[in-house]
Amino acid sequence: MAAPIDAVGAKSNSQQILVRRIVCYVVLTLFAILSLFPFVMLIINMTKPSGDIQKGFSLVPGGFLWKNFKTVINNSDWKMLNSLKNSLIISGLTAFLSTYFSALTAYAIHVYDFKLRKPMFTFILMIMMVPTQVSALGFVKLMRSFGLLDSFIPLIVPAIAAPATFFFMKQYMESSLPLDIVEAARIDGSGEFRTFNSLILPILKPAIAVQAIFTFVSSWNNYFIPALLLSDKNKRTLPIVIAIIRSADYAKFDMGAVYMAIGVSIIPVAIVYLILSKFIIRGIALGAVKG
Amino acid sequence: MRRKSISYAKWGYIFTAPFFIAFFVFNLIPLVSTMYNSFFENYLVLGTTQVGPNWVGLKNYSDLFAGADLGKFFLNTLILQMLGFIPQIFFSLLFASWFTDLRLKLKTGAYKIIFYMPNVIMAAAMGMLFFTLFSQSGPINSVYQSITGAESPYMFFDHVWTTRGIISLINFLMWYGNTTIMLMAAINGIDPSLYESAQIDGANPTQTFWKITIPLIRPILVYVLITSLIGGLQMFDVPQIVTNGGDALDRSSMTIVMYLNKHLYSKNYGMAGALSVLLFIVAGILSMLIFMLNRDSTATKKKKRKGGKK
Repeated sequence: MAAPIDAVGAKSNSQQILVRRIVCYVVLTLFAILSLFPFVMLIINMTKPSGDIQKGFSLVPGGFLWKNFKTVINNSDWKMLNSLKNSLIISGLTAFLSTYFSALTAYAIHVYDFKLRKPMFTFILMIMMVPTQVSALGFVKLMRSFGLLDSFIPLIVPAIAAPATFFFMKQYMESSLPLDIVEAARIDGSGEFRTFNSLILPILKPAIAVQAIFTFVSSWNNYFIPALLLSDKNKRTLPIVIAIIRSADYAKFDMGAVYMAIGVSIIPVAIVYLILSKFIIRGIALGAVKG
Repeated sequence: MRRKSISYAKWGYIFTAPFFIAFFVFNLIPLVSTMYNSFFENYLVLGTTQVGPNWVGLKNYSDLFAGADLGKFFLNTLILQMLGFIPQIFFSLLFASWFTDLRLKLKTGAYKIIFYMPNVIMAAAMGMLFFTLFSQSGPINSVYQSITGAESPYMFFDHVWTTRGIISLINFLMWYGNTTIMLMAAINGIDPSLYESAQIDGANPTQTFWKITIPLIRPILVYVLITSLIGGLQMFDVPQIVTNGGDALDRSSMTIVMYLNKHLYSKNYGMAGALSVLLFIVAGILSMLIFMLNRDSTATKKKKRKGGKK
């Protein structure tokens, strides 16, 4: 493909590209620093005693990491470890229910031919974007009448109906679930439910993994609804504890402990993200090419 | 190609039942109940004496529209949203076009991972982190003082526009990576031969960007705009934590959902109901736009596919 370009033209062209590449890398690196710097400051201040933090910022870490951590987990107002456990339980179960039932629903609409199939699909697409906050009032009242305030059930079970996860699963099935497999399983005498659990689910593994991560993260980060439902100290999730720290008399606090508390709620997810990042980023791109 | 005897239709209903039951119980009943509540007077006086519930018709709505608060909080929400969104769409487009540029051949993996990371971080914790970083004795102020030699720290949260700016900065950092990746996927879907032939015709990068990339990713751009408007409408965690409820500075950073949260918290259910219904209508209109957009693009895709088979 060597087009006969004269030597001078080719050279100035490649120089131009080199300049553009340098500009690009400089700008991108600046934004990478902008994105990372808040976390760098967080991690450094997590390692320092309060007094050092008040004195001013320096990039040199201190030796107070363990002590700050102990202060945080021993704080009986925050109950950080307990909240961490609550957040883990709620997010884990939410991710499981949401992905399993979304896959099941998407499978039904993908594979079976029934009268309400089209209307159901259209309906789910229509409700996909409705914000949860618009029904929060009725939701809280209903849960109170069920006696489920301060329970995890209202934070977990509604995940069975997750329109966005459903949509992703449906897209994935369209591209990678041939209907012949289902037919073959039927000929082999496999029941419909068993076919789904032992044959279809393994095929959907990549899509389930991506959606499980997204659902876990959004449940982990959820603040609005849990704050309206949970008032028992022992039932709090991490975002509620963060809000409590924010609203308390800030000046009296041990700043090292405040940074540590933020770190405890951020760092587990950040580590999981960094481990799975390639996978996650492919997942977002997959979701994007629906247009 | 229907198989003869056995009908599997019943399995369609069995497998979709959990989804629709959960939706009915946890979304639809609450939504209807929210709407129903919006027609009642129902609140607590001084946190103790219950008034109502009494049927008042549309009074909650007329009260909501008569007061200055609603317009103000809608405007606040829009300002906070746009302050974050405008730079977000600008830089995302720029980065997406760089990342996909065939001539530049940039190494993009690490940048994508870093740019997206703030998106998975708890918004409440991001708000708290930035509040701490920009606070009176925080690291930003210590850097600011050592550079300018100022004697007293700058009180970022005592000024309307620095507070709004910090909230929008957090929103920007949380979302520009996500938008960049979405736009990249859209640009990668463009037929590369278009770029090659443009290059042979002597088009420069600016020209290919405006004449090829932008027109071809327009559906995704519209999609990004509307989803981010719906997301912006729900803005809560970040401003709530940064401003500790939003009452400071004449409530200049209070968003619509923060206002709703206040009513829910103080059990002012009539007003909360009316506000929820308004929010539902606005979100509904925006969702309809997306729905139509999706349908149109699927329709054209199908048409194209059919045309291609001939």
